[in-house]
Order: sequence, then structure tokens, then C-alpha cells
Amino acid sequence: MDEHLLVMRGVSKEFVQGDRRVEVLADINLTIHTGEFVAIVGSSGSGKSTLVSLITGLQKPDTGTVEFAGKRVTEPGPERGVVFQNYSLLPWLTVTDNIALAVNSVFPQWSKAERRKYVDGFIQMVNLSHAAHKRPSELSGGMRQRVSLARTLAMKPKLLLLDEPLSALDALTRAVLQQEIARICSDERITALMITNDIDEALLLADRVIPLTPGPNATLGPSFVVDLPRPRDPEVLFHSNEFRELRARVTTHLLEMRQTTRASAKPARPLPDVLPRHDLRRSLIRTSSKLDG
Amino acid sequence: MSFYVEFYQVAKTFPTPAGPQVIVEDFNLNIAEGEFVSLIGHSGCGKSTILNMASGLIPPTSGGIIVAQREIDGPGPDRGMVFQSPCLLPWLTAHGNVLLAVDRVFPDTSRAQRYDIAAHYLELVGLGDALDRSMKQLSQGMQQRVGIARAFATSPKMLLLDEPFGMLDSLTRMELQEVLIDLLQRDRKTSLMVTHDVDEALFLSDRIVMMTTGPRARVGGIITPTFPRPRVRQEVLDSADYYAQREEIIRFLEEQDRSHRSVAAKTASPAPTHSQPLPAPVSQL
Repeated sequence: MDEHLLVMRGVSKEFVQGDRRVEVLADINLTIHTGEFVAIVGSSGSGKSTLVSLITGLQKPDTGTVEFAGKRVTEPGPERGVVFQNYSLLPWLTVTDNIALAVNSVFPQWSKAERRKYVDGFIQMVNLSHAAHKRPSELSGGMRQRVSLARTLAMKPKLLLLDEPLSALDALTRAVLQQEIARICSDERITALMITNDIDEALLLADRVIPLTPGPNATLGPSFVVDLPRPRDPEVLFHSNEFRELRARVTTHLLEMRQTTRASAKPARPLPDVLPRHDLRRSLIRTSSKLDG
Repeated sequence: MSFYVEFYQVAKTFPTPAGPQVIVEDFNLNIAEGEFVSLIGHSGCGKSTILNMASGLIPPTSGGIIVAQREIDGPGPDRGMVFQSPCLLPWLTAHGNVLLAVDRVFPDTSRAQRYDIAAHYLELVGLGDALDRSMKQLSQGMQQRVGIARAFATSPKMLLLDEPFGMLDSLTRMELQEVLIDLLQRDRKTSLMVTHDVDEALFLSDRIVMMTTGPRARVGGIITPTFPRPRVRQEVLDSADYYAQREEIIRFLEEQDRSHRSVAAKTASPAPTHSQPLPAPVSQL
């Protein structure tokens, strides 16, 4: 068994935007060990999705290497399963058929009955047995994301890539799914890499939290080890001094990376010494209401 | 003692096909000059209705609102609004959007000075290099900065913020909370903010008004964060009171959630199967 499941060395990626070249990611170095849950925390537009594309093999790095289980990544494969923010389900297929589609292509050697039983097992794992015959349009956002999670897990990936899976959901559904992801990953001993913008979510799920600096030239900062006992109950966590201290440290660090955009910068232009007239609009309204009356 | 902002027995009733629906009832709140007050509660508790009455966009059914010794009788530039979505004009630049508001309240000022006022506030929110960018060249977080600059640039007597960071991801949200707190440190505006983010309310407010779940929403309790100003995130998070007050608010919201559900069950109206879940009292920093 390879201890280092995913190794990224000196990875960078550029995009051409009009006549400019923009370096989205610069000097990304990342190692994920088997059995680990790593959360990368960064804001939208900082190159998080590019990072996922590089790991899946949908895009190739300009410099550096991405190695998975000792082999260089050249194309997408079922051993790296992705759960996307937008669910990416086929709208004309039922829950069962959406998952079966993935299972059929990864395990074609199994009998139909075997595959069916296997699919049902995953539907049960995400608590959707009552909705197995429904189509995505009949499901809530949270339920759709459960289908997407079940579909990805059914391919038995060696690495589960979670690309902001819960960002589109309301807070209550998000809290419930966070607990389910934590339970499944720990029961099934899944190695996972989650991309998120939510510090609390990262601390709740991950063994290690890595900040992604704001792009362009986004790169990974030093990681924070989350050594909190599992299972992690948010209510208990918020009473733990260890959690509070870590939450403050991670939050402060992530905000400090953004200091350049703070408002404390002294404006070059002094404010002219003039007084506003707030009464103008009011007088207009009075005039028009008089006319109306 | 007279206050800078006074809500006196404010009530709002909306007509519905099933008869008049009381949204807010007997709402009383006094805000001192320079104070930052947050309204927190579940969706539909009427907190945005209260803010909209303060802005003058909708009139109260009964009661009255006084801002700086004048009763509100309509919208006006003396109250700066920051909306959840930035509400900017897409065909104008960042500077053009702020200038539009500046022109309105500084009609006797020279063109050059009006230009400088708009530019000054955009520089303050960290957009000094983006004055001439159009809206589609700005990220959502940058657009919201333009909205904040616009609200300050009219030198309002009061700021009204309606979930100003609700559409942003949690890191951008925290970043803009710092922008706002820096601006308020320079120019201490009397402010009323609607939010359902507990951490946001604690970080920014002098007082947090917890609203009961509507209909007939009223003040259910008040929390007074006493973290010293200027506020620094790390110090606030390290403060002994922080998590105690956080828990008090979350407990209140959970309580409201439960009692609301039991009331809903008693009235025995058939619950729609795809009803929107109530936003959880779980906050995202």
C-alpha cells in the first residue's frame, strides 16, 4: 500500500485571457496520505476548481507533476471520484439509474442482480431508499447531493474529491450532510480531499486544513493539523477550548492572507470639505405628493 | 433622554386573501448615535420588514420611526442602504455608480469635488485601482464593496444593512466585515443591520436584537457584545464572552424554531411537502 496516495510537486497552471496570460495556480505542493481527510479552504475565484481539474486529469499542469498511487496522472479515472457543487446528475434518469450508470461502467463484469444489490446498498448508505425511483427534479438540493455522493462512492474511488459539495445548500441541510459525510468517510475509511470556503466545515470534517491563498498565483499555505476526537459533534466542539483556539488561528490566518485588500489603506484622495444636502429628495417627494393630492 | 433613532410601537400588517396578517407588532427600539444594532431571527420573522420601514420603502401600519429628530415619511438619502445583492447599474463603472449617489446629495459642489468624494470612498473600500472597471469586471465581493462605498459616500445620518454579506462565500464575507468595521471606525455611523449569521452579528454589533419568529414578531431578547473597539477578529474570538453569547443566541434561535414548528402543527394547516426548511441556527462564521 502506498502511503502517499496523491503527490503534487511544483504544479502551476496558466490561462490565456484575451491577450494576457494569467497564472491561476503557482507552485502547488501537496501530499495526501492514504486514509486522510484533507480540506483546502479558499475563496471563490482563487483557483480551487482548477486544482480539482488537475487532480482528476481533466487538465494538465503547465509545470510540475501530479502523481496518484505512484503513477503520473494523464487522464480522468474512476479511482479519483468527484462530487461537484452542482450535483451533475442526469435529469432523465432515476436515483437508481443515475448510480447504476456509474456502476455499470466501472464493474461491467458483475451480473445484473449483483450490480442492482450493490447500487441499492449505496442508496441506503445515503438514506435515500424511499426516493430510489425518483428523478432529480423531484428531489431537494440536499437529496440530489446525496445521490451524487452515492454515485461517486459506488465507483469505489481511492480518493474522494469533494468540490464545494455543500456550498449551494441551506445551513440546516449542510449541517446534516456534513455529519453524513463524516460518518461515511470514517466507516468506509475513505481518503478524501474537500474544497470549501467554510472554516467550520473544514474543522468539522478534516484531519488537516490547508489554506489556498487568493488568486491569481494562488498557492497552498502551511497546513493546520486538526487533532480533535471523532465523531465530532458541533455542539460539543464549540465547547472545546482546543477547537475554539484552532478556529481563531485558522480564521485569523486566512484573513491575514487577504490584508492587501483591507480598507485600512489610507486613501490617496482627501475628502473635500463639503456638506451633503439630504433634504432635496424629500422636497421633491412632497411636491409630487401635493400634486397627486 | 432622547435617542438618535426611535422605533415607537411600530406595527406592520399586510393584507392577504385570508385576511390581514400581522407581521410585526409593538416593536420598540431606541438606538443611540453611533451605535451598531443587529436584528437577528429566522427567515420570515419580519426583520427585513422593520428595516424597510426604517428606509421608508414601506410605511408602518401604526407607530412611527424617528431618525435624527425627523419622522420617516419616505425613502431619502439621509439613510444609506446596503442590500444583499449589490444593486448597481451594470452599464456604469464602479466610480459612476458611486457618483450617481454623490451627485444627488452634493448638487452645489463642483464636479471635481464630487469626483473626489466618490473616488475617496472607493479607495477606502480597497477599490482605488478599480474606479473605471465595469460591473462585470468585478467579483461579487468587489461589487458589494462598491455598494458599501456608495452608502457611505452620501454621508447618511444612518446606515441600513439588509443581510449585506448574505450572498458571499464565508471568507469573502469575513473580509468585507473587516472592511465595514474599518470604515465605521473612521466614520461612526448609526447602523441597523439585518442578518442571520451569529458570528457576524457578534463581531460587528454593540447590541443584538433577537426577534421571535413571526407572525406577530417582536423583540425576544437583547445581547450586548462588549468587545472593545477597535475590534480585532482574533481578540474577539479569544474573548471569554464570545462563545457564551454565541451559544445564547443559537439557543434562542433553536427555541424559536421549535416553538414555531409546534404552533404550525397545532394550527393543523396541511404542510406543503416541499416547504423551505427554516434556516438553521448553525452559522457559517
